[in-house]
Amino acid sequence: MLWSLYANVLVQGVLTGLVYGLMALGLSVIFGVVRVVNFAHGEFAVVGMYAAFVLFRSFGIDPFLSMLPIAAAFFVIGYGLQRTLINPFVSRPEHEQFILLVGLAIIMVNGTLMIFGPDARSANLPYSFDSWEIGTIIVDKVRVYAAIAALAVAALLFAFFRFTATGVAIRACADNLVGAAVVGLDVKKLYALTFGLGLACVGAAGALMVTLTDATPMIAPAFTLLAFTIVIIGGMGSMTGAIVGGLLIGIAEAMASVLIAPSMKTMASFGLLVLVLALRPQGLLGRRA
Amino acid sequence: MNPFATLARLVDEAPRRALLLLAALVAVLLVAPVALDRYLLSVFFLIFWFATVGQAWNIMMGFCGQLSLGHALYVGLGGYVGALLWVKFGISPAIAIVPAMLVAMAFGAVIGWLGFRFGIEGVYFALLTIAFAEVARIGFDNWSFVGGAAGFFIPVSAAASPVNLRGGPMLFYYVALAMMIIAFILCAALRRSRLGHAWLAVREDAEAARALGIDVFRAKMAAVVISAAMTAVAGVVYGFYQNNLFPSQTFDIARSIEMILAPIIGGLGTLFGPILGAFILTPLGQILIALVEKIAGRAIPGVNLVFYGAALMVIIWFTPNGVWPWLKKKLGIPEGRE
Repeated sequence: MLWSLYANVLVQGVLTGLVYGLMALGLSVIFGVVRVVNFAHGEFAVVGMYAAFVLFRSFGIDPFLSMLPIAAAFFVIGYGLQRTLINPFVSRPEHEQFILLVGLAIIMVNGTLMIFGPDARSANLPYSFDSWEIGTIIVDKVRVYAAIAALAVAALLFAFFRFTATGVAIRACADNLVGAAVVGLDVKKLYALTFGLGLACVGAAGALMVTLTDATPMIAPAFTLLAFTIVIIGGMGSMTGAIVGGLLIGIAEAMASVLIAPSMKTMASFGLLVLVLALRPQGLLGRRA
Repeated sequence: MNPFATLARLVDEAPRRALLLLAALVAVLLVAPVALDRYLLSVFFLIFWFATVGQAWNIMMGFCGQLSLGHALYVGLGGYVGALLWVKFGISPAIAIVPAMLVAMAFGAVIGWLGFRFGIEGVYFALLTIAFAEVARIGFDNWSFVGGAAGFFIPVSAAASPVNLRGGPMLFYYVALAMMIIAFILCAALRRSRLGHAWLAVREDAEAARALGIDVFRAKMAAVVISAAMTAVAGVVYGFYQNNLFPSQTFDIARSIEMILAPIIGGLGTLFGPILGAFILTPLGQILIALVEKIAGRAIPGVNLVFYGAALMVIIWFTPNGVWPWLKKKLGIPEGRE
């Protein structure tokens, strides 16, 4: 009995953790290349959630489909943002970048609040409550779909960075900025592409998130923190680290909320964070800067 | 370090014109309450309060270069210690600021030790500070002795006396004003002290500072601990001003961010920056709320904050060093002087 409880919680944690991982992946990619911490990351996730919510409610488009146009739109937004707003701040001190993005985050979260109000919105998919039973383990179908979709997007991104010329060029910028500029790479454009890709990840993750949890504007800072925690646990700038960190946090949160108390969810992830910072400050899969 | 001698030296070093201006400003603020109604008194309280905590935060970030995004932790700890000791044990807040400071210093020391011992810097350190504030929020949310999520209340009637911080907005106006002035003088003295120079050296180049024989770890620890203690005092006052403490508000990350805006907008690492920033931002926020109510006929949640966010972006875009350095130039105060 007890073991099946653990197994259930574990499975749920892993599936949710993969979606967390995709969200954090966006933050990690942006930080790894552009060296800017996107403090409006959770806010973008929430906007992605609302976009998926509206597309589903008004046009009946399933979030698992609408994540594609949402990701595309977020890519364009990210590209534009980097080109106009963020690029002048790339070489500025951290706290100035922070204020710029906090300003953006405040605008986004309160803009969403003005449009949609403070109430939690849930997508209510027709198959929200369907599940599979494998022995004593009950698996929600939406969670499985969301996890698979998150993995697919992450795999695409990995493939892009490994196998395409542009992907390799972006990695070159991350490894050695001066070298990249010397060999004639258009760093500004590559930065904009990266920011676009990072936002595409978080947009897709937001669309997936709406199938798992209710959307409310006020959850945004918590998402920013969550993504930030995951990235530091996994290792800043490490893509695999973001996924691994997402999994760890997903499992830790699920375990803590079932075994201790739901309110202890966040406590567990911060406990994990302090542990990682104390024992391995560069993150599990990170390189020392 | 003799505080009076330091003060005398501070006065000696400052240009006469600036001193006169400063004295005039303080005098105006001292008599201003006669002309202010309850609402304006509360606005000024907030200005002084944010200037004080901004000054405290500025020690860490502006002087020593350590980014803390969890200063709400020290406000909350101070607030809770002060309120608990008063309500449960009848200890006056005038005394309770000492244990409040000690508790905040202990937490600051733990965070600092964890961070600086292991070379955690910049955004990593910032996240560590957020994490502690969040853990405190959840902890207090679930701690029934302090009221948990339902909040902790300080009765309004109990032993009304200014010493116990029980009184009207006028009392809090003067308390906060005193706090702001003391924090300013303290920071001015600290910045001229040996420790202050060590901080600046650490901020500019920690490796070079170490090469000069500065104990970088100790300098950073001193910054965290002093900053935490100052913030905790402001926390005690805030708890008594509000008469209630809710973990979800007191330890909120939004509060931490709100606290650091004034020094950044005013001018990081400067002495007048936090004060100037508070005088710009707090009224701006209040005006926006009033304006929205006037135009829309009712309060629309969020509108004023959208403008606030936009204002932040505009200010950081055009005056990245803050308003004070720009103003200083306009006033003709020479470089290297405050």
